[in-house]
Amino acid sequence: MNQEIRNKYEVVIGLEVHAQLQTESKIFAADSASFGAAPNTHISPITLGHPGTLPKLNRKAVEYAIKMGFAAGSKISEYQYFDRKNYFYPDLPKGYQITQDKTPICIGGGVKVKLSTGEKVVRFHHIHLEEDAGKSLHAEGLSDSLIDYNRAGTPLIEMVTEPEIKSSEEAAQFMTEVRKLVRYLHICDGNMEEGSLRCDVNISVMPVGSKVFGTKVEIKNMNSIRFIQKAIDYEVVRQIEAVEAGVKIIQETRNFDPSTGRTSGMREKESMNDYRYFPEPDLVPLHISEELLIQVKTQMPALPWELFEKFTKTYGLPDYDAGVLTDSREVAEYFDATCQFTKNYKAASNWIMGTIKSYLNDNHLEIEQLTITPEKLAQLINLVDEGKVSTSTASQQIFPVMVTDTSASPLQIAEAKNLIQQSNTDTLQSLIDEVLAANPAKVKEYKNGKKGLLGMFMGDIMKKSKGSADPKVTTALLQKTLDSL
Amino acid sequence: MKIDKEALQKIAHLARLEMPASTEDEMMGSLNSVLTWMEELNEVDTADIKPLTHMSLEVNALREDKVIPNISREQGLKNAPKQDGEYFRVPKVIE
Repeated sequence: MNQEIRNKYEVVIGLEVHAQLQTESKIFAADSASFGAAPNTHISPITLGHPGTLPKLNRKAVEYAIKMGFAAGSKISEYQYFDRKNYFYPDLPKGYQITQDKTPICIGGGVKVKLSTGEKVVRFHHIHLEEDAGKSLHAEGLSDSLIDYNRAGTPLIEMVTEPEIKSSEEAAQFMTEVRKLVRYLHICDGNMEEGSLRCDVNISVMPVGSKVFGTKVEIKNMNSIRFIQKAIDYEVVRQIEAVEAGVKIIQETRNFDPSTGRTSGMREKESMNDYRYFPEPDLVPLHISEELLIQVKTQMPALPWELFEKFTKTYGLPDYDAGVLTDSREVAEYFDATCQFTKNYKAASNWIMGTIKSYLNDNHLEIEQLTITPEKLAQLINLVDEGKVSTSTASQQIFPVMVTDTSASPLQIAEAKNLIQQSNTDTLQSLIDEVLAANPAKVKEYKNGKKGLLGMFMGDIMKKSKGSADPKVTTALLQKTLDSL
Repeated sequence: MKIDKEALQKIAHLARLEMPASTEDEMMGSLNSVLTWMEELNEVDTADIKPLTHMSLEVNALREDKVIPNISREQGLKNAPKQDGEYFRVPKVIE
């Protein structure tokens, strides 16, 4: 699109992010909330909406929502009740969804995002608790839709942002931060592919400086950050082109097709927006006590930005390292634990971002599955720092043994494999003397200025030491010896 | 508020009820008399009164997060108008 035309418009985006809470059971019933079971095996009369059944609220879902509120700096509502959102759709067995319309559990707050242009806080309008719907499958060639109610009643928090996201980049960064946060809090696995984290994108365009938003379009159920970005980029162009051409944008729900990168109006048989919310009479109100808030507060982990601060300030890491390490709570905790056993923080960071990360990637493992404890890693780092082994020996020869042999210390492995570097200067000196004595002609050439021969001498010394000579110490000693001749 | 034909059909549609033209007049009359009666409530000044959302004063009926196995799939599907042993089947939702 012509940049001049693009610059005439401002994009307004609001996201509604749904995160499935990682509880064992559903929000209002005791059937399992786990993902991936055979269809319709995690059901109960409550989930299926049978008459006469009564919902009962899961305490953990409430605690998890409060955790998110704390992390976002929201105000936690003291008094809450649930509402019924009424609509007919086959994946909604009761004919209404239990949600919080009037008294959402968290008000305000926000998430800081890093952009190419700097930092910005994307604010939340609110966060509310609700139940998920079942899943409908529309198989090709079938005249029926297939319904699986396993997901129905799974606890969700819906995080609704203010309409103040200005670009696809911001939306993507925001989702990345939210995913990181829910994972830090252990309240949601953040698995977008499985739909446990997904979002609806509300998007409109208006002339720069306008006070009135354009007509918004909603793109539902986006389950990939890349798709969110693509869908927004497509919509921005489509909407600006429509406005430029004088075509009216209709308020509608659109679908994003990842294979074409385009959005299209949903051809639903029914589109209805009259939800007739009213208080859910089957659930008594919720009063959040001070005790509960304190209890949840004590369960809060260190948050990414707190760890970032600690890693840069206390451990003196570069911003880049701290950013990579705090990407996941488990990696950050592993690093932090390692630093309890070694003072070489930068080395610990290098090990985790380098050798360990590629080992985990190659073996499709998470850091929690790493058999090397932070203490052992610190021992290995210290072994290198003491000059007993080189960094490359440590990562190529000792590290792989440590992965399988969890009882031996790095030192024991190094000794057993005969990897301890010779840095005893007496032993080294005699090796150097031997090598120099065996090559009088070369020594003369060296003295006459052929300094490149240093490498040849080093090679011979390393050979004689069977690779155990500490290269740094040896080079220094060799140089000194040659200079004194 | 007055219920006209349009409002009546809208309410009927939201509730998925069929409202044949022959019953419209009777239904409108009936709904309007209910609404007129309820309008008497408007005479009460409720400006400073919080809405009553629940009839009991009880709060915080919570359960622990524990899975208790419930009905089997077979039992769950049993009363469905249409099912295939795995899924509930409904007329296609998307065209």
